[in-house]
Amino acid sequence: MAAGNRYGLAQLKAGWTTGDRSRLAQLLIVALVVFTAAIFIASIMTGAADASLGNVLGWLLGMDGAEQAVSARDRIIILDIRLPRAVMGFLVGASLAVSGAVMQGLFRNPLADPALVGVSGGASLGAVTMIVLGSTFFGPLFSAFGFYTLPVAAFLGGLVTTLLLYRIATRGGQTSVATMLLAGIALGALAGAVTGILIFIADDKQLRDLTFWGLGSLAGANWTKILSAGPIILASLAVVPFLARGLNALTLGEAAAFHMGVPVQRLKNIAIVSVAASTGASVAVSGGIGFVGIVVPHVLRLVIGPDHRYLLPASALLGGILLIFADMVARTIVPPAELPIGIITAFAGAPFFLWVLLRGRSHMGL
Amino acid sequence: MKYAPDFRRLRSWELALAIFAVTAPFVMPALSPHGPSFIAAAAAQDMQKVDASRLVSIGGAVTEIIYALGEEGRIVARDSTSIYPESAMKLPDVGYMRQLSPEGVIATNPSAIIAVEGSGPPEALNILKAANIPFQTVPEAYSRDGILAKIRTVGDFLGVPDKATALADTVRADLDAAVADAAARPQSERKRVLFILSTQNGKIMASGTGTAADGVIRLSGALNATGNFQGYKPLTDEAIIEAKPDVILMMDRRGSHAASDTELFSHPALSLTPAAKNQTVIRMDGLHLLGFGPRTAGTVRTLNAAIYGKKTNASQ
Repeated sequence: MAAGNRYGLAQLKAGWTTGDRSRLAQLLIVALVVFTAAIFIASIMTGAADASLGNVLGWLLGMDGAEQAVSARDRIIILDIRLPRAVMGFLVGASLAVSGAVMQGLFRNPLADPALVGVSGGASLGAVTMIVLGSTFFGPLFSAFGFYTLPVAAFLGGLVTTLLLYRIATRGGQTSVATMLLAGIALGALAGAVTGILIFIADDKQLRDLTFWGLGSLAGANWTKILSAGPIILASLAVVPFLARGLNALTLGEAAAFHMGVPVQRLKNIAIVSVAASTGASVAVSGGIGFVGIVVPHVLRLVIGPDHRYLLPASALLGGILLIFADMVARTIVPPAELPIGIITAFAGAPFFLWVLLRGRSHMGL
Repeated sequence: MKYAPDFRRLRSWELALAIFAVTAPFVMPALSPHGPSFIAAAAAQDMQKVDASRLVSIGGAVTEIIYALGEEGRIVARDSTSIYPESAMKLPDVGYMRQLSPEGVIATNPSAIIAVEGSGPPEALNILKAANIPFQTVPEAYSRDGILAKIRTVGDFLGVPDKATALADTVRADLDAAVADAAARPQSERKRVLFILSTQNGKIMASGTGTAADGVIRLSGALNATGNFQGYKPLTDEAIIEAKPDVILMMDRRGSHAASDTELFSHPALSLTPAAKNQTVIRMDGLHLLGFGPRTAGTVRTLNAAIYGKKTNASQ
């Protein structure tokens, strides 16, 4: 397997990856790490309310006199409002962007994205079911998990959709990517239809919950949500680097990758499960935030090329940065009110994407 | 050729990871029942007496009541549904009542928050409560007693129960007079009113029972033409014809987006109703019509007069 992978990579390098491009990619990743740290701090420092980060840091570090200097209000603003939003923004952004990149690599289709194969739709259905029918049919579950029922339901919805997708697309141990793509579209439509029925029978209060949940927002970020979704997202992200070489080989086609010694079936299994888990977890805590999964990998591919060894970590970083930034704008642009984040991601991302596309077109041969 | 999920060849570490992913959302919260929050530390600080000198007022009716009590000087911010009286619009707007941003509310430096039932989202309210800002929920009910309860709740929270009692008495007397007038009309003479929330894509969203529109229609001595379902629902064309409304009631959307009467009655199903024959459409300001605040007696009178014309009631 290792030898096969090396062979595959050598081919790729001869094909379109130059040393220059690798160095550029490495530089970009370092820059993105620095930028992530910077935007994280900026996000914690800015907001509608005034709060002293210095005082809170002093209190956290147990400095003398800091106990008196820091107010309860500052502590809550920084540690319970801004910090969870920044952490969750980074996790969700990274998860969406990496899921998009993995899906696009797996399906060798630039339009692939968790939303396309129905995973997001399944996760949404799980959450909507819980909002509408939760108090009627799942009362005991509510009392057992309380605040958690929604994330858990969305996660399970995403997982069930993925398993169904697998059952449909796998025949005699072989998973057909084409069947999976088409079945995913069908399952997504089906999930949408069931969601429609639930929306129809929902009462006014539930409808309002659904509307705001559907818009996507990090406004509900808190430490409990991070504890429920964070481990799943981190575990999925941790698996992804091991997929990079396989996805590179897959670019040449499934048969070619198989003959290079890539365990194609296993690669698909791991990729699908990790995408389902992290998408389900992200949708559960932040609602439907679109656009990040499809744009971030594309922009990066135009800049640093298609080598997944660089593309995947860079996608995670840029996705996280983009979402923290979008959230910062969302909560500071119309203070003291706040905009839904989906509006910001589309407004900030789309023109930038077009600009990169037009600039990159000439030397990318698009 | 058999159908089966292909998970048999999972390695042990993959299995472990899968198990972890599936169980994490259940296990992690269980390990920390209250969540690792910095809130507890802050909430432990002393609970003072409620200081209602700097209020954030959430909900159009709540804001109206505070103005009616003459306590508007205490409001430092309001939500986007608080658009009456006009001077309330000059206050900072913290956004829609169901989508409040906790930091935005804290930024206005309130000493207390007073919000109508249904404000949210719950996450935002939790943070605000944890931030030790006294929080009062005002119950919502679409009836005479509901309005009086709102006034009393607001008055008690503001520490002006006497003013609230006086206001409640005035509102009660006014409302009772308006309602008695409307209630005297015999059932057989009552007109059927269809409240239309929106007419998007030719789909008519109408209000069933348990809604503010239903409440105000009943108070005005009329019948809700679609009283056989709960909440707001899109009606089929046949249901509209079957509802036989004598009057169409709509919110008056400021600006040019209001569907004109001609447009409205060119709807195939609506065109067959008695309302279309008489061309009877009543449009009223949304907050005035559905707010269930101190102005509702006026709403009932206006609506009653609009439905029945200047014709006097059977009682007079």
